[in-house]
Amino acid sequence: MSATAASRRAPALTAYAILVFAFIYLPIVVLVAYSFNRDGVGGFPPRHFTLHWYQQLFGDAAIWDAVLNSLLVAAASVALALTLGLLAALALDRANFPGKALFRRLVLLPLILPGIITGLSLLMFAVFINAPLSLLTVFFGHGTALISVATTELFAGLQKLDRAQEEASLDLGATPWQTFWRITLPNLKLSLVAAGLLIFTLSMDEIAVTFFLIGRDNTLPMEIWGRLRQGITPEINAISTLIFVVSVVLISVWYRLRTRTLQSTT
Amino acid sequence: MYSRAYKSLVSLPPLLWVGIFLLLPYALMFVHSFWLVRDGFIVHQWNFGNYATLFTKPVYLQVLLRTMRIAASVTFCSLLLGYPLAYYLSFHAGARKELLYQLVIVPLWVSYLVRGYAWKTILGSEGVLNGFLQYAHITHAPVGFLLYSPFAVVLMLTHIYTPFVFLPIYAALETIPRPLLEASQDLGATPATTFRSIILPLSMPGLLAGATFAFVLSLGDFLAPLLVGGASGTMIANVVQSLFGAAYDWPLGAAVSVCILIFTLTLLSLTETFEKRWAFK
Repeated sequence: MSATAASRRAPALTAYAILVFAFIYLPIVVLVAYSFNRDGVGGFPPRHFTLHWYQQLFGDAAIWDAVLNSLLVAAASVALALTLGLLAALALDRANFPGKALFRRLVLLPLILPGIITGLSLLMFAVFINAPLSLLTVFFGHGTALISVATTELFAGLQKLDRAQEEASLDLGATPWQTFWRITLPNLKLSLVAAGLLIFTLSMDEIAVTFFLIGRDNTLPMEIWGRLRQGITPEINAISTLIFVVSVVLISVWYRLRTRTLQSTT
Repeated sequence: MYSRAYKSLVSLPPLLWVGIFLLLPYALMFVHSFWLVRDGFIVHQWNFGNYATLFTKPVYLQVLLRTMRIAASVTFCSLLLGYPLAYYLSFHAGARKELLYQLVIVPLWVSYLVRGYAWKTILGSEGVLNGFLQYAHITHAPVGFLLYSPFAVVLMLTHIYTPFVFLPIYAALETIPRPLLEASQDLGATPATTFRSIILPLSMPGLLAGATFAFVLSLGDFLAPLLVGGASGTMIANVVQSLFGAAYDWPLGAAVSVCILIFTLTLLSLTETFEKRWAFK
């Protein structure tokens, strides 16, 4: 059945689907278009093409400080969430311990609950242990909340893994440690990279938890948030367009890896 | 096949970490909800006053009802957009299926904040939409009610959650065995009957999952109201936020949070039960 034949049979549905796509993409198109508009973020149509806002953006030290902070937090969160997520996935896959069912649910809570609840709980904890709010608290928040993502992704990876290789390795006299480094980890490589990219993107974009844990130094979303309360200029469109492009690149890498993982395991 | 040492080595660190940095904070939230504030200080005096306040002061109930209304509208609108889209992709997209699927996924990755901001620039009184309406001579003065209203919140959240609702529905539609539909057609059922008695019931778990997701996430959102909602679009999470901020009544804020938490978890376990019951066997 060819695509055109299919569409011809349901013209109303096709038209509706096009409208839904238009709705989904409208804000993104507007955002990108107005980042090149000389006369600001509003008005119609955008008239005078300019790269002025990008120039202004590249000279804006506060934005780049925030980008750097976000990159730092995201990289550290990836390291923390992947390490603990890997251990948690191994534990859920291979060990039985009291409270396992509870642990499985608890790990996933930050993914399910509204960000404000996780954010405020962590804020209370920071106050409770007398920790000053800084990028460090933001990192603890992101890293801990994103263990959920790492655990889910890596647990799925482990479930598809062929246990026979590990058994063979252990039977042939390798230590569990050697088996872990030489068999388990390499087999999980694609899941690890995929989970890492996902965590990185989520951390770069996180705002609901960050909102309550941020100190003096801003992450990029918090910097943008702060600027939205002052007058808005297409400079925000410009940085948003750049974020969009970077996310799409990261996502396509992630997607490629994911399909490769799926193909290699099925 | 794994030794005791191996098992404790992999399970202890995450257990400890999650216990300290997740369970303890959530527990602190719970504990705070039974304390109170006196003269600007949190007093560790156990009481149910916060919960009593919540259920007796009409303002909280009012905001809660508005939040439910907004979350329900978002869920309804996302289903209205997401279901037909999933249906189209699954049954009518033909060779373009994979590409179109990617096209639905991509916006999922565009920053939440960036999308909210984009809607702000579209809906504002000097925004793109008003500019367009005047350019096309549909209106002659800016229309003010678009931004800073519950409508704007519903629009923004619908935009964000439509792809989320689409995903599980599409996954459910894809698992429906195609011979079932052919059989139905061969036995003389109209497309409408086939949809009502085969496709809809079998896609119910996906529909339910998507709807729950949209509802729960909109319910706890506090950024959309701040960005595009204005005073008339205030939601329950904004109440929590102001109780923790300017109002400085953490115990009361914690009590509201605990209610949101319990409500969310109850809703999730309910839908999980239903999803299992309706799952295709």
